[in-house]
Amino acid sequence: MGLKIDLETCIGCGACVSACPFGALSQRPEGKVEVNEACTACGACIETCPVGALSMEVAEKKAEAGSLDAYRGLWVFAEQRGGKVQEVAFELLGEGRVLADKLGVELSAVLLGHQVKDCAATLFEHGADQVYVVDHPALAAYTAEPYSEAMSALIRKHKPEVVLAGATSMGRGFIARVAIQVHAGLTADCTELDVDTDKRLLLQTRPAFGGNIMACIICPDHRPQMATVRPKVFKQPSPVAGRTGRLVEETVDLKEPAVKVIEIVNAMQNEVNVAGAEFIVTGGRGLGAPENFKLLAELAEALGGAAVGASRAAVDAGWISSFHQVGQTGKTVRPKIYIACGVSGQIQHLVGMNSSDTIIAINKDPDAPIFGVADIGIVGDLFQVVPELIKALKT
Amino acid sequence: MAELNYGLSELAQEIRGMVREFAESRVKPVRAELDETGHFPTEILRELGKMDLMGLYIPAEYGGTFEGDSMPNLIAVEELSRICIGVSVSFAANGLGADPILIGASEEQKKKYLPPLASGEKWAAYALTEPNAGSDAGSIRTTAVRKGDKYILNGTKQWITNGGEADIYTVFAVTDKNRGARGVSCFIVEKGMPGFKFGKKENKLGIRASATRELIFEDCEVPAANLIGREGTGFIWAMKTFDVSRPGIAAQAVGLAQGALDEAVLYAKVREQFGKPIIANQGLSWMLADMATKVETARALTYATVQSIDRGSKDYSKFSAMCKVYASDVAMQVTTDAVQVFGGYGYMKEYPVEKMMRDAKILQIYEGTNQIQRDIIGLALNKEYGAVAKK
Amino acid sequence: MHIVVCVKQVPNTTQVRINPETNTLVRDGVESIMNPFDENALEMALQLKEKHAGTKVTVLTMGPPQAAEVLKEAVGRGADAVVLLCDRAFAGSDTWATSYALSTAIGKLERPDLVLFGKQAIDGDTAQVGPGVADWLGIPCIAYARKIEIAGGKAAVERAYEDGYEKLEVALPCALTVLKEANVPRMASLRGKMAAKKLGIAPMTAEASGADPARLGLNASPTRVVKIFSPPPKTGGVKWQGEEPAVMAQRLADTLRERKLI
Repeated sequence: MGLKIDLETCIGCGACVSACPFGALSQRPEGKVEVNEACTACGACIETCPVGALSMEVAEKKAEAGSLDAYRGLWVFAEQRGGKVQEVAFELLGEGRVLADKLGVELSAVLLGHQVKDCAATLFEHGADQVYVVDHPALAAYTAEPYSEAMSALIRKHKPEVVLAGATSMGRGFIARVAIQVHAGLTADCTELDVDTDKRLLLQTRPAFGGNIMACIICPDHRPQMATVRPKVFKQPSPVAGRTGRLVEETVDLKEPAVKVIEIVNAMQNEVNVAGAEFIVTGGRGLGAPENFKLLAELAEALGGAAVGASRAAVDAGWISSFHQVGQTGKTVRPKIYIACGVSGQIQHLVGMNSSDTIIAINKDPDAPIFGVADIGIVGDLFQVVPELIKALKT
Repeated sequence: MAELNYGLSELAQEIRGMVREFAESRVKPVRAELDETGHFPTEILRELGKMDLMGLYIPAEYGGTFEGDSMPNLIAVEELSRICIGVSVSFAANGLGADPILIGASEEQKKKYLPPLASGEKWAAYALTEPNAGSDAGSIRTTAVRKGDKYILNGTKQWITNGGEADIYTVFAVTDKNRGARGVSCFIVEKGMPGFKFGKKENKLGIRASATRELIFEDCEVPAANLIGREGTGFIWAMKTFDVSRPGIAAQAVGLAQGALDEAVLYAKVREQFGKPIIANQGLSWMLADMATKVETARALTYATVQSIDRGSKDYSKFSAMCKVYASDVAMQVTTDAVQVFGGYGYMKEYPVEKMMRDAKILQIYEGTNQIQRDIIGLALNKEYGAVAKK
Repeated sequence: MHIVVCVKQVPNTTQVRINPETNTLVRDGVESIMNPFDENALEMALQLKEKHAGTKVTVLTMGPPQAAEVLKEAVGRGADAVVLLCDRAFAGSDTWATSYALSTAIGKLERPDLVLFGKQAIDGDTAQVGPGVADWLGIPCIAYARKIEIAGGKAAVERAYEDGYEKLEVALPCALTVLKEANVPRMASLRGKMAAKKLGIAPMTAEASGADPARLGLNASPTRVVKIFSPPPKTGGVKWQGEEPAVMAQRLADTLRERKLI
């Protein structure tokens, strides 16, 4: 089991040693490669071997012939809070529709809650052929235990081949229990999904190792194939007004929830902390006046809840509190997207943000140092570009 | 980074790693704010206590970890100083305050006062200086008059580091006006004793995180049992304390200068002018070379002094003075040069070097000005060579 | 009270870089550390121990022999006992098999009142093992906890969700996955470090854990990694100028969508 090294074939080039993310491979004095306990069988090394000396040895599964064929259909967990279907569910229905069509199966949404049947209509409009609804007082407020039991019961009964859920605090919180209960493979935070129509496999691509590598993952011998996807990874489909489908009401026996919800506090602040934010919109001296941070707040909202950052110049001018400052004396940030508006890019600012995944700079001065670190630079007046950008993001 | 092998014990090396990591992760992010606001680093000292680092100079029998090697504590001071001497002086002042107890107190007094200091549960301060008794410490005017089983203290102490924050104070007061320095005694005074008050916190040029306050004694009642040693021995405890504490100031200076050097070299590598990093200019790289050489010589002299004391040498006043005067002058020079390397940016508060330069000045002043240190060295030379001349 | 904290030794992924020429990972100088989120779980346990006399904190990890290092770190900070679950049989475990293995090891310990996990590990980022272990153990799990108070055999927990937080109550035993904002992890104490240095850690093998061999390792893991590749390298910076603001703004929005950044 695990990584197998064909020592006859190994030429001792060491290519695989540096490719191993976990440092599990090393060269013996004579040059041949050996593997230690740190191996996670991730397979990163296999393709780097120029002579094909590496392979992954997996014991043959004796899955009963045809046992996987009993599973058909693609399901999406229709996350709702307070009777409102969350956007991530629509995004999954959009992608799920594409995958279901490729597989030639129906797309179903699973709606769990109490008195939430009305949500089914919008699920149909967003592409679901069928909606399973479990209406039970134990599901009124989300807790992982009854949600996972209800979902597992439906899976055991109807045997879908694929189940998708949002990688939200709710989705991630209960779906791992479902995977254990139905002995399914579960892949977190996929950024790309596809299907191998021959083998009816879900091809799940996700970042690993802090985003430094991508892994493609399959579940060959288990059904359903389950995956979570982060919000905003897939685009929401446009709803088709009046589109409808089958509503299937299911009854599941559920115990009194072990976890009691005492209070739900919606504390969505206008201010998102820049440290740890995934998206940051930063303003600098180019903003000119404190009230112009409102424009950045609008852009932040259009991005779906970005944090607003500021350069030292803007903070020192008293336009915004130092809580927002990015840079040497402010916070160091590493968001997915960093949009610098009217920030010149002094060295003390750059050290606080230059490891952001994608840096976008909007500045009037084509020679501003910020363009040196930007992936995309727009030379222009931020007061013209930003409102247009907000418009473009909202459509 | 290449380092000289000073033959440090495993414990000392462990402490260097621990305190360096601590200073980087806990002190560095807040040092500018502490400097700006002058807030005392209460949380930082509490955490150092939880990490068993407040008792490095206190023997195990009193709850500390000291086993004859003074280097771990010295290195803790050095590493904290690399990041902020406002914090390191607040840490080190505990040792200074406790030194008279370690040196002169009875077993009973040690058992009572040292364990809470070792655990970091309580903090200490050393109270000698008065408005009219700075370098001339023998001229203090605070009085202590015995009344039954108590002493009654009256007078004012000035610029007391950790004043108001500490729980335990070693206070020097005159018990016999007619005997000059031989009429001075040392008392352990606890915060909350009747008649013991604090003045306002001073607004300082540097080490702004540290608390510097007046101590006011108005018919303050101190149990007679809190007298350290006999009446009239106070000045001995005061001077003996300085002999062992001055290398601590030198360690602050070495750490601070190292911190400024680190900042200057890193900046000189990334700052580009005329199309190349400024470190590529010989004039500037020579400046850095001199800074680095000074830091290492200061470190070598400081370590050698402390190691020599640990090995039992008797006449070390001269060397303690030497490492204090030399290292603190180096710290002043190196921090000033670091600001120069940074140019205009160095003068601005977003970079740490201007703070380091402001902080450095105190090192040439406190625990005996550098003029007093030179006096001590000069006196020692006069005495030593006098003995030789007679032969 | 007995608290079990599950931790993982991970490579410090923030130090990993991609060699743009060979498009491979540059691992040189990448240190192994305790998963940062697990530090918050451990800190939560240690704070509970300070508050509730008689509490014992056991730290459990599954990994290669060198994973003993994170257990020593835990002892340095104040953990009372440690368990290193270590066996070649666990190699290649995905979250399903890992959850099972950890649950069997916990089953060998004094019955815990609380099982704590970090919110996720920075190398795998799945956030699946905590809820998975809870399921094997048959106890409730509250993911994304940011605060806990224990009284009368019950835990009052604040659980974060996208728009705020929920105040929850649960009877012990239960499991939590802990957020970074829950606390600031302490550093190891000097005495703790000295004790950890002297500590010998005998690994618990798969056999000793009583685990069913059919449920361990790569063969028991439903998921398979079929391909590992580097993400498309950062495109060299582009600069757009001289066009209408609306055109450039639209192109930016399209590019961000195309790259699936929004």
